[in-house]
Amino acid sequence: MTMQRPEAAYFFGTCLIDLFYPDAGVSAVQLLQREGVRVIFPPDQTCCGQPAWNSGYRDEARKVARTQLALFDKPLPIVIPSGSCAGMMKTHYPALFRGEPDEDRALDVAGRVYELTGFLVDVLDIRLQDLGAPVTVAVHTSCSARREMGVADKIESLLGQLARVTVHEQAYKTECCGFGGTFAVKEPEISAAMVADKTAHIRATGASCLVSQDCGCLMNIGGAFAFQQREQNQPVPAIRHIAEFLWERVNAGPAATGEA
Amino acid sequence: MAMPTEFRIRVEDALKKDEVRTHFRKAMDTLMTNRRNQFPDEAELQRLRTQAQSIRANALSKLPELLEQLESNLVRNGVQVHWAETTDEANRIVLNILQQHNARSIIKGKSMVSEEMGLNHFLEQQGIEALESDLGEFIIQLDGETPSHIIMPAIHKNKEEIARLFNARFPHIPYTDDVDELTRNARAILRDKFYSAPVGLSGVNFAVAETGTLCLVENEGNGRMATTVPPVHIAVTGIEKVVEKLADIPPLFSILPRSATGQPVTTYFNMISGPRKPGEKDGPTEVHLVLLDNGRSTIYSDPELLATLRCIRCGACINHCPVYVRIGGHAYGTVYPGPIGTILEPQKEGLRVHGELVQASSLCGACGEVCPVRIPIPDIINRLRHDGVRQDGGSRTRDAGTRRKRLEAVTWRGWSWAASHPSLYHLGSRAATRLRKLMPQRLGAWTRVRTAPALAAQTLHERLKALGVDHE
Repeated sequence: MTMQRPEAAYFFGTCLIDLFYPDAGVSAVQLLQREGVRVIFPPDQTCCGQPAWNSGYRDEARKVARTQLALFDKPLPIVIPSGSCAGMMKTHYPALFRGEPDEDRALDVAGRVYELTGFLVDVLDIRLQDLGAPVTVAVHTSCSARREMGVADKIESLLGQLARVTVHEQAYKTECCGFGGTFAVKEPEISAAMVADKTAHIRATGASCLVSQDCGCLMNIGGAFAFQQREQNQPVPAIRHIAEFLWERVNAGPAATGEA
Repeated sequence: MAMPTEFRIRVEDALKKDEVRTHFRKAMDTLMTNRRNQFPDEAELQRLRTQAQSIRANALSKLPELLEQLESNLVRNGVQVHWAETTDEANRIVLNILQQHNARSIIKGKSMVSEEMGLNHFLEQQGIEALESDLGEFIIQLDGETPSHIIMPAIHKNKEEIARLFNARFPHIPYTDDVDELTRNARAILRDKFYSAPVGLSGVNFAVAETGTLCLVENEGNGRMATTVPPVHIAVTGIEKVVEKLADIPPLFSILPRSATGQPVTTYFNMISGPRKPGEKDGPTEVHLVLLDNGRSTIYSDPELLATLRCIRCGACINHCPVYVRIGGHAYGTVYPGPIGTILEPQKEGLRVHGELVQASSLCGACGEVCPVRIPIPDIINRLRHDGVRQDGGSRTRDAGTRRKRLEAVTWRGWSWAASHPSLYHLGSRAATRLRKLMPQRLGAWTRVRTAPALAAQTLHERLKALGVDHE
């Protein structure tokens, strides 16, 4: 689905970015502003409700989701720098609110949700000029960005515009990193085995930076990288949310040199 | 800390076996590549999936009528039809038939429903020998194991293990670890058994209501032998395997082997339409079909869970599952492993016994993406997680609500309250970022292989406010 270039857009920052990765959120907003889009950040936003939804606690998820539904009254696109949270709002809100009094509102919101890279490429047709030094990166696409939002190719298309960024492809590229929200806590052994393989495959590419559309995956993979560096004293790639990476490249920031 | 569950113990055990994990990875890689090569055209694949989905969904939408039609057409063809609500009933039906023929042994083609019934064990207790004739099933039977995969039951064994096993069980045959020779040896052993067995047993891939035809998909010819050589053939299957018309078969038979093993077609495709007729030279004189419910009616009664029954047992979801490839089939502790087992077993056997399986998924969606009949497996996993903890009585799923834990429920209620009160959320998030240095560096299982995530100095809310971003 594409739409005309909007003059304004809502920005839903996600709780993970709010608390752990605000740089990613700020960069995403700046990228949108750079394209002439007036960004509206409703201050009452908290969380999309996905953690409870995926844990089976639907009433609890709905209560939180309902709080978000009230924030996007104008008929503007809602841009989310995460395939996972966008997937929740776009593909699961309709199920979560089925038969509820605010079902129509949920469908309206779901219909206006865009994952950031999809929005930058498909709606804004963004053009990027690479001001950074040559760098090699690996890309990890979250399962929800790939399968729920269908935006796996958008991150590649954005990186493709950067003249001095070389993408190295890791083995088992499309495989899940093992985060899965509460999965990492409920099935820690399986999750650990998955992230061990994922980090090994990424490190084998020799890329100096890993970029992703999702901070959940970055928390998992990046946490494992940091652990491997600390415990095994091994060199590991830096991690960057795609928004932060792009912002740094077009402004010759730290990721331009591939430094952590 | 709570005692680790049996599932967790099996998982930890499986993850320690590096060699087995490497072996599974190689095997699944091959299967995934083979499948991909069968569908070079993405649009064509999606068209075939839609077609297969609609055939199965159509059949399920009129399941009671089609089952009646199937029965009357089978009876007209001379097949004796038996209905079993439970696996115990199904076992007794089979036993009855065997007793009528004074049969002390049966030879079996591959059947997951017979695994579901625990038929071999049941018959053994009655002093009746049940011999598996599918090579994979034959191998695991020699080792007293259960299948670790629904179409490749011995996939967890490498050829050296199989060679040692054959040598131990058949010491008169010279040792070999040559695959072709091992197969030849198994074939020679089984050949005699086919000729002497009074009864053959098989599963069913598709049962055609319109014609009363039982279709059996296989590669080894053992299915054909088991259903044609012994004087009596018993087929066992779940009630969901029915399809409406004969014309439904080619699309399903096209997508099944391609999704399963990545073969364009299997070596054998059997269409069984009744016992030997007067003047015919071969075929069994008696054919029976046992139709098993075992919880399927309950699944059928829920519009969302019904999709579970579309399954054509290709195993593609298993082959593509990042959890299965690491823990293997036995860790699940169920008849059906992998994603399909994760949704089927808790419904069939109840959430009390197998409800834990629905947590063992990262909801990555690889299963749903490859399913030839588009079963929304991740959505059903999510639904079963809900069924496990819900208290509204809104689900007929066996043992609904029994997986609710007080502490977890209280935690989610607290989270929900905080995240639906923005001022409270902001107070909490600001406090957390200010006190970030106090955050524990050890977070249970998370920090066994990862560092603890670091809270930011300032929240995004604060940063964007400082930057003057519109907060309307």
